[in-house]
Amino acid sequence: MEILYDRSENTMRITLFGELDESSAESVRNSLDRNIVLSDAARVIFDFSRLSFMDSSGIGVLVGRYKKFSGRPVSFFISSPNPTVDKILKLSGIYTIMPVVETA
Amino acid sequence: MENSIKVILPAISRNEALARSIVAFFAVELDPTIDELGDIKTAVSEAVTNCIVHGYPDGRPGDIEIYADIRGDAIHIEISDSGVGIADIEAARRPFFTTAQGEERSGMGFTIMETFMDLLAVENREGGGLKVTMEKSLRRKIGVQSADASAG
Repeated sequence: MEILYDRSENTMRITLFGELDESSAESVRNSLDRNIVLSDAARVIFDFSRLSFMDSSGIGVLVGRYKKFSGRPVSFFISSPNPTVDKILKLSGIYTIMPVVETA
Repeated sequence: MENSIKVILPAISRNEALARSIVAFFAVELDPTIDELGDIKTAVSEAVTNCIVHGYPDGRPGDIEIYADIRGDAIHIEISDSGVGIADIEAARRPFFTTAQGEERSGMGFTIMETFMDLLAVENREGGGLKVTMEKSLRRKIGVQSADASAG
């Protein structure tokens, strides 16, 4: 899966393209960790507008990033999931730790 | 005669996308909505990932058998492996239950299958392995429309 990182001011927008499942989870996790550390951003927005599919492996990746960066001054947000992805995110309770942010 | 498919795939990660796409294509016969197709793909992905990660741990080789048929307005799906099975199925079906603490697994698999489908049954197979049975009713859109038209 392709990931686009876009840093402006204190925010890093991370756009995921394609499908996030168990087969892609490890490479996504490694890429996210490396780039979040490098960016030193205070806000990280996961832009899911181009994510066509995600299963519970994606929840594992998101919760894992939250835990990994919990001691650091960085907040996570989620933007524009499709209805099926939104259903999983709601079911998992992830929005309590990564609120939805509206983006232009 | 109602349609059915049977597919056997090696239990490797890159077959997760193939497995959910095959079942989704098969379900198209029932004229599902995009959201219903998303539900089916996600549930199948969870079941197949379970086979790969838990049924055949540590990358041991094995097969995943996928069977699906059409039952009236519902799709019936069975996903089986010949792996290690689950010692305590009741515990495994609880939300956030996972045996793989260090690997960032969410423990949401069965909860998602249960929520996204109308029926979920999980059983250990005689001789070893796990069988997951799911069903989802897909409303016949044409029937719904004509009912609306006659009411209006």
